[in-house]
Amino acid sequence: MSGLEALYQELILDHSKRPHGTGLAADAAATSHQVNPTCGDEITLGVRLDGDRIVEVTWDGVGCSISQASASMLTTLVEEEGGLSRSDATALVDGFRTALRSRGETPLDEETFGDAAALSGVSKYTARVKCAMLAWVAFEDALAKA
Amino acid sequence: MTSTLDAAAVRADFPLLDRTVDGRPLVYLDSAATSQKPRVVIDAEVDFLTRANSAVHRGAHSMAAEATELFEDARTTVAGFVGARPEQLVWTSGATAGINLVAYAIGNATAGRGAPASARFALAPGDELVITESEHHANLIPWQELAARTGTTLKHIPVRDDGTIDTDAAASVISDRTRVVAFPHVSNVLGIVNPVAELVSLARGVGALTLLDACQSAPHLPLDLPALGVDLAVFSGHKMLGPYGVGAVYGRSEVLEALPPFLTGGSMITTVTLDEAKYLPPPQRFEAGTQPVSQAIGLAAAVRYLESVGMEAVHAHETALGERMGDGLRSIPGIRLLGDPSTGPGTGSTGSGAVSAERVALWAFDVEGVHAHDAGQFLDARGIAVRVGHHCAQPLHRRFGVTASVRASAALYNTADEVDTFLEAVSGIRPFFGVS
Repeated sequence: MSGLEALYQELILDHSKRPHGTGLAADAAATSHQVNPTCGDEITLGVRLDGDRIVEVTWDGVGCSISQASASMLTTLVEEEGGLSRSDATALVDGFRTALRSRGETPLDEETFGDAAALSGVSKYTARVKCAMLAWVAFEDALAKA
Repeated sequence: MTSTLDAAAVRADFPLLDRTVDGRPLVYLDSAATSQKPRVVIDAEVDFLTRANSAVHRGAHSMAAEATELFEDARTTVAGFVGARPEQLVWTSGATAGINLVAYAIGNATAGRGAPASARFALAPGDELVITESEHHANLIPWQELAARTGTTLKHIPVRDDGTIDTDAAASVISDRTRVVAFPHVSNVLGIVNPVAELVSLARGVGALTLLDACQSAPHLPLDLPALGVDLAVFSGHKMLGPYGVGAVYGRSEVLEALPPFLTGGSMITTVTLDEAKYLPPPQRFEAGTQPVSQAIGLAAAVRYLESVGMEAVHAHETALGERMGDGLRSIPGIRLLGDPSTGPGTGSTGSGAVSAERVALWAFDVEGVHAHDAGQFLDARGIAVRVGHHCAQPLHRRFGVTASVRASAALYNTADEVDTFLEAVSGIRPFFGVS
């Protein structure tokens, strides 16, 4: 069961059970609705801006523990960084995507990704990469609209 | 005649079942998605491609004639498996293609193609098409599209809490305006054998055309489509031990003869000018272009294999597996079966559901507090292959208040031991995710 326990680290299960950022903020500058067509999981994620800085991510969604934890970790990351510039946000999403598509070759570093680094193990399970990406794709899309 | 199935002997015919997943023996419980293939099916395709491959229904050389004969023998064999004559069986690439063929042919009849014979299928605004709440998307979206193209209305027959089709509601949904009634023989989520005779009788009473989705019954039950009285039916080769890329439409002769074609092109014509073409009779009228020849020959090998085991024996074996699975799942805390007969027909129902409807060995379920994907991942780590998600039936999942479920589906090659391995694993899901 070691593979399974590496995938479902405590941190992931904690975030999925007590997710951060749920409850889409009414004053979001832009929102994005994303669906995973294979399982029907969905998320609506909003970004709040202060000038050109992303200061808050909020969301509503249903999905597996990986997708819920991933959305929660993204919220936490933006919060812990005290907001992000657009270019930092874009770099973050790109880095996350590259790591998740690496089939376990490129781990996420904790320095940059915070709690979300626990999602590194997902990249070995190609069927689950979309679960982890869902919130990040919504984040990227909302930013493009904001 | 009662015959029994020797599961060990059957398993030995399926080379893939020997494999392991991460060092664990494979427990394959995803046959409703696609079945495994016996050696005879794989060999039949390879034999054809290595010894007789040639274009069928064209060319005069010996091998072309041989290939044509094998291809048409396959049609006779597969038609016979469902009680039909060869001219009543149209090859398609699968059930989805088959349903689209019918829906587009009706659309073409509506545009006046094939008149006057096809006039009986022509739709007019105000007409209604009827499906059930339990459809696979393949038997839903082609009808949504047909309704949109023809200005007709798509209505549905609801499903009761116990998963049975609400036949009382069906009697009011099906009306004088109904022109088509399409429904599954067995839902790919609920596993219940639907009351075909009752629905056919309602449809016939108003002169509506019937189409049966037999994908989930053909591999599991003795099937006699003419005896069921449906006008049209579809099934899929890869779900019944056959190859991918082949399936069939069965049609009553008078229906197929009056339907205009959907796909047009080579091999379905008699005389062609630059302005127009005359079409062959069925089944060739519906088989434009190159056909899935080696796949059809493989599918014939699959049904011969099923017949050699005996469909009564297959059904009896799978019924026992299904009951073992259902009873076991019901006893695990936090497991909710979708369409559990023991829940009763439920509130809002106008009649009594079948207390113990006939079933195939298939159960979809919700694990309280654990998403289906996570449950499936847990089972996968133990070598158990199940389907997770909405199984191409989003409206049905919504009706049961979930977006996704776990589905375990058995076939003739599964054993009681495998069911027990599966049940033991399922009982470990909630503890692992800390929700017990």
